[in-house]
Amino acid sequence: MSATAPATQQHHVLSVLVENKAGVLSRVTNLFARRGYNIFSLAVAPTDDDRFSRITVVVDAESAPLEQIVKQLNKLINVLKISELDPQDSVERELMLVTVKATTETRSQLVELAGIFEARIVDVGHDELTISLDEEPARLDDLEDLLRPHGIVAVQRTGRVALPKLDRAPAHAPHR
Amino acid sequence: MGEQPTTTTPSGGPERINGGQALIRALELEGVEVIFGLPGGAILPVYDPIIDSPIRHILVRHEQGAGHMAEGYAHATGRPGVAMVTSGPAATNIVTPLCDAYMDSVPMVCITGQVPTAAIGTDAFQECDTVGITRSVTKHNELVTRARDIPLVIRQAFHLATTGRPGPVLVDIPKDTVDPKNPDAWFDWYWPTDEEVAASLPGYKPTTKGHPKKIREAAELISAAVRPVIYAGGGILKARAAEALRELAELVDIPVVTTLMARGAFPDDHPLALGMPGMHGNYTAVTAMQESDLLIALGSRFDDRVTGKVAAFAPHAKIIHVDIDPAELGKVRRPDVPIVGDCRGVIEELVKALRDTGLAERQPDRSEWRQTLSGWQEKYPLTYTQSEPGELLKPQYVLEQLRDLSPQDTIVATGVGQHQMWTSQYWTFRHPYTWICSGGLGTMGFSIPAAIGAKAGMPERTVWAVDGDGCFQMTAQELVTAATERIPVKIALLNNAYLGMVRQWQEMFYEERYSEVYLSPDLPDYVKWAEAMGCVGIRVESPEEVGPAIEKANQINDRPVVLEFRTDASEKVFPMVPAGLSNSEIVVGPDQGEGGA
Repeated sequence: MSATAPATQQHHVLSVLVENKAGVLSRVTNLFARRGYNIFSLAVAPTDDDRFSRITVVVDAESAPLEQIVKQLNKLINVLKISELDPQDSVERELMLVTVKATTETRSQLVELAGIFEARIVDVGHDELTISLDEEPARLDDLEDLLRPHGIVAVQRTGRVALPKLDRAPAHAPHR
Repeated sequence: MGEQPTTTTPSGGPERINGGQALIRALELEGVEVIFGLPGGAILPVYDPIIDSPIRHILVRHEQGAGHMAEGYAHATGRPGVAMVTSGPAATNIVTPLCDAYMDSVPMVCITGQVPTAAIGTDAFQECDTVGITRSVTKHNELVTRARDIPLVIRQAFHLATTGRPGPVLVDIPKDTVDPKNPDAWFDWYWPTDEEVAASLPGYKPTTKGHPKKIREAAELISAAVRPVIYAGGGILKARAAEALRELAELVDIPVVTTLMARGAFPDDHPLALGMPGMHGNYTAVTAMQESDLLIALGSRFDDRVTGKVAAFAPHAKIIHVDIDPAELGKVRRPDVPIVGDCRGVIEELVKALRDTGLAERQPDRSEWRQTLSGWQEKYPLTYTQSEPGELLKPQYVLEQLRDLSPQDTIVATGVGQHQMWTSQYWTFRHPYTWICSGGLGTMGFSIPAAIGAKAGMPERTVWAVDGDGCFQMTAQELVTAATERIPVKIALLNNAYLGMVRQWQEMFYEERYSEVYLSPDLPDYVKWAEAMGCVGIRVESPEEVGPAIEKANQINDRPVVLEFRTDASEKVFPMVPAGLSNSEIVVGPDQGEGGA
């Protein structure tokens, strides 16, 4: 998997509700692999009902083959529901842990940078810091870019999770 | 599927049963009458209760045979075929039939043995990741991890295999879950209800009823078309919709092409029948689709062998596409009216809509279209030149004789290649479920086991397998199965000593550079081989012997028969749309000059 963000026009986020059973993730990812599509990021966890899990897949694909993949996903017996989340109409979050070189000269700059991003410093070593940030994926990219000159030792991102944005209109008001 | 109450013991308590017994009982309750299989280490505990079961077990000689027999059985009877094999190499041997069944939407349940749960993942003897390997070639598969899940998993398997778009379902059974010596393999017998099965599959809800608005739109499109064609696919047969199709075609007087998978879905001797379209379809069927202004696709999937170059396929046609699988709609060609639903139900609703709206009586004048079609049929029939005395037989002649001398309801199965195309072209299909072949996957060696499976399911019918010499050598060992089990199938082996279709492509597209396609006419000696396998073997070399040999074969009902016809290798299948070209560039027979509308 590449560390850089996918090109926005091909970037699709799918939210797939599945049965929480062995092999289901493999069935889902296989439909992408078969067509040679790389999954950019993937997050899986049980929903509030632990019989089901939600898989959030970010994939680079043209729209037409993606439509076909979505239909094929729907055919999987263990898949209950698929929604494509338009980034404009969804809230997305991703968690990043990043360990960065921190000398006595740069440490305060890094602490300041973390503060600006409202990130937390979760571990401190002799000459390294580990910073945690959960935010929109683009903000994670920004922090990663700004940390890079300091020397990133390790970075681990979770892959994004997403849910549709809520309707702002009051329930009783007619939709416009 | 039958509903049975939970069995109780005479004392009134629930019956204790082990996983192996439960598996066989579940198959019995699903109405299984025959299992095609071959035992081995991991599946042994399931084979023990088979001795006491009324289910017939047919012992194959290779697991691929078991899979294709199950497919042939399903094609002929409409009921799901059942294959049962052991783990490891047996499971890998049945991957080809699973993929074949998946491509052609054949209802099939495959039971595989697996090493004991504790040994899974340890590279145990005869272990392979069967569910992993078969995931992409089955409609669904399931690894059983607890004996008490067996009744539900088997019910799910049959439900999935036979509903929606049918297909193969595999159930992988670790040995410990069926081992009577394992205390954990014993449980209280139960039989899940239909409701319990449905509730256990929350992601599976096939849409069977077509949308009424779309059906009205389809009726309107039909009633505006002046050059319409019904493009009937294998889905018609899967949906048991042949009668409904005929009613629709006759109601609005629209001609019908039947794809390779749909041969028999519409009678070839019907005035509206145009026969098979596609790469080796007849000129009229191919060109009618190409020139049509409306294609009514019913249970067909715009396969590349039908469309030719997709961008140039039926360029003026609007499309009504009816399929039970939503993923087929728009996969290749975007339909103007997409309808998700069961073909039979949708066609019946369409007929009703055409009647209720009065549109059925207000169809446009299509006499010009009909004249065009009959003009093509006259100008471009299927042709071949009969051989001169002393020359090798023409395969087309053999098939005409076989067709004319066999009962009308004969079931014919083929392998894959030239012989398959000639059989589809030259046979006159009058009834549904009389044609069995490997379409999507194109599996050489399909015909012999498929014919055996068909005959096992339909013992009163004459079953002919038409085979090529290349195909025959891939699965002939199943004739031992047929002889042993007294399943008297008949094999018409068209022996041209070549991998004929490959040879044809090398002749036409590789400058006659014949690379690795020669097989020899007499090595092996097919007659001796047939006899060694307990069959009657007859070699036929001249045209006057053809008819009598077939008549003799049709009289033999106590053992399989192999008729070996020595045929002309230079004979090619025409018409042909060369791969990747537009269907408008169809090449007709050498004596018919240039094709073209």
